[in-house]
Amino acid sequence: MNMLEIKDLSVHFKSRAGTVHAVEGVNLWLEKGELLGVAGESGCGKTTTTLAIPGLLPQNAFIPKGQILFNGEDLVKKTEKEMEKVRWKQISVIFQGAMNALNPLQTVGKQMMEPILLHEPHVSKKEAEERVKELLEQVGIEKNRFTNYPHEFSGGMRQRVMIAMSLVCDPELVIADEPVTALDVMIQAQILELLKKLVKKYSLSMIMISHDLSVLCELCDKIAIMYAGRVVEYGYAREVFTHPKHPYTVKLLHSLPDIYGEKVFINGIPGYPPSLITPPAGCPFCERCTEKIPECGSRVPELVDLGGGHYAACCRQTEGRAVV
Amino acid sequence: MSKLKYIGKKLMQLILTLYAIITFNFILFRIMPGDPIRLLARSGAISAESIARIKELFGLDQPMWMQYFIYLKNIVTGQFGISMTYRQPVSSIIAERMANTVTLLAVATVMIIIIGIGTGIVAAMRRGSRLDKTFVVASMVGWSLPTFWTGLLMIVVFGVFLKIFPISGILTPGMQYATYSQVIMDYAKHLVMPTIALIIVDMAQFFLITRSTLVDVLTEDYMLTAKGKGLSPKKALWRHAMPNAMLPIITTLALYVSLVIGGAIQVETVFSFPGMGKLMYDAVLKRDYPILEASFFLMAAVTVTANFISDIFYTIIDPRVKDI
Repeated sequence: MNMLEIKDLSVHFKSRAGTVHAVEGVNLWLEKGELLGVAGESGCGKTTTTLAIPGLLPQNAFIPKGQILFNGEDLVKKTEKEMEKVRWKQISVIFQGAMNALNPLQTVGKQMMEPILLHEPHVSKKEAEERVKELLEQVGIEKNRFTNYPHEFSGGMRQRVMIAMSLVCDPELVIADEPVTALDVMIQAQILELLKKLVKKYSLSMIMISHDLSVLCELCDKIAIMYAGRVVEYGYAREVFTHPKHPYTVKLLHSLPDIYGEKVFINGIPGYPPSLITPPAGCPFCERCTEKIPECGSRVPELVDLGGGHYAACCRQTEGRAVV
Repeated sequence: MSKLKYIGKKLMQLILTLYAIITFNFILFRIMPGDPIRLLARSGAISAESIARIKELFGLDQPMWMQYFIYLKNIVTGQFGISMTYRQPVSSIIAERMANTVTLLAVATVMIIIIGIGTGIVAAMRRGSRLDKTFVVASMVGWSLPTFWTGLLMIVVFGVFLKIFPISGILTPGMQYATYSQVIMDYAKHLVMPTIALIIVDMAQFFLITRSTLVDVLTEDYMLTAKGKGLSPKKALWRHAMPNAMLPIITTLALYVSLVIGGAIQVETVFSFPGMGKLMYDAVLKRDYPILEASFFLMAAVTVTANFISDIFYTIIDPRVKDI
């Protein structure tokens, strides 16, 4: 059974300019022990989709339709009070720790102990401290730095603290929201190595958001590509990487430089994503797509199974014509 | 160690600032236009002999530099001399006035802090709501009203038309009291209007500073972390948001406390309340050097000390301060 199943989820934002359709009819699923990568350019709805799972959306966001089934229970229907029990205990989040995700006025030890003492009242302070120190060592931080403040750590170290903090309550699902984005390339590689190690050691189920496809392909079992608030392709990482089925994924992969090949200018994708306030009637990628057929302008394609666990949402696919 | 060094540095700054203020006070009153002897003599037809006697009495016959050293010596030994207009030791006049001012302002300050910070928190938690907008507009109006005008309006409405509260002074003149509690009642009645006037005028700054800092803090990344950990909004507010919002509030508080001792000049003048503010106002009009020097010194000392205390508070609250 799927541990997490997002069904036809829409998330809208109220704004002065109108309702923003940030996420529209998203379907995603995750099995226990799997690592799902969500990729897409800025504003495609990847963070909104994933932060909707533990109910961490901003105040002006609302969910007009859809379900988030977690172990069979619909999280959308839960009250705030019920969600407070789910957060961190069952679903924790690795925020961009390098930025400002840690409270500057508290020691990292105290901040890491907080969720344990909150969710597991039977655990003593001493035991919580032991657990935190052990996790700090797991992420490569000496345990005597327990009493240090966030400003006494470098960006990469803060990200390590954040990763360790996400594991203190032994959660069933970890959401990593662009865990390496604000770090330089060397540190990025170290953090990704660490995540890889921890996923194996604790057999974590994880959703990782990134706009860097290469990062996800290296780490994840499955990948979902999002565009303009919709999932356009979903499948095994290797499959998506080697045999992309959606024109957008193809172009996204072409915009990665090849380190072994000739020096060439990167092919970007000309144009901009459509407005999310007044979404187009047809396929959202239609305007920038070089493979479009007349149908694309009038019909929003559904995510369909192409066999072998590979899904894509393209009018061409549903017609049975291959794009690549 | 670095914390002690920081406090030591601040202490040095405090002493230097005080010395500068003391000297400035001395010069300021002497270059100010107006002659205390002219005001004391009342009539223009005063003999040269009388002038010399008055000058000698107050030490004004001494050369400027000598006056300065006497003045410094007096401050160090706590002797502020004899008032030129009241013909009493300055210290006893100030002690009496200070008692009145502290009574008036202690009540007002406590109310202002509780109501101002309390409404600030409520407004920040419900930012953009109708309640928030009402609070903001009301506090802006309160802040914009001139103090003397608010005071006069209250005198007209509650003192003259409704005759609920006495309009001036601190005790009803010519009143015969049977018991001690009657004295207290009369005293309390006189305090009501000045207190309310102060609250109306001064609450706004606490409300606005609390609201605006808290609004900023609530949008910080670590507040999302706090929510993600499963903390209720209340716990997140008190554990993470308020400590971070405390610094600007403490600064405002330190400035306000120094005003408390200086007395609320406008309110005291409008209500003819015999406090520090009224004393200084009268002393300026009469060029009463000893009173002016003593009360300005006191005000400066309290301001600088309050700032010093708030600096120490910073080091307690914010671990980053000692590293500056």
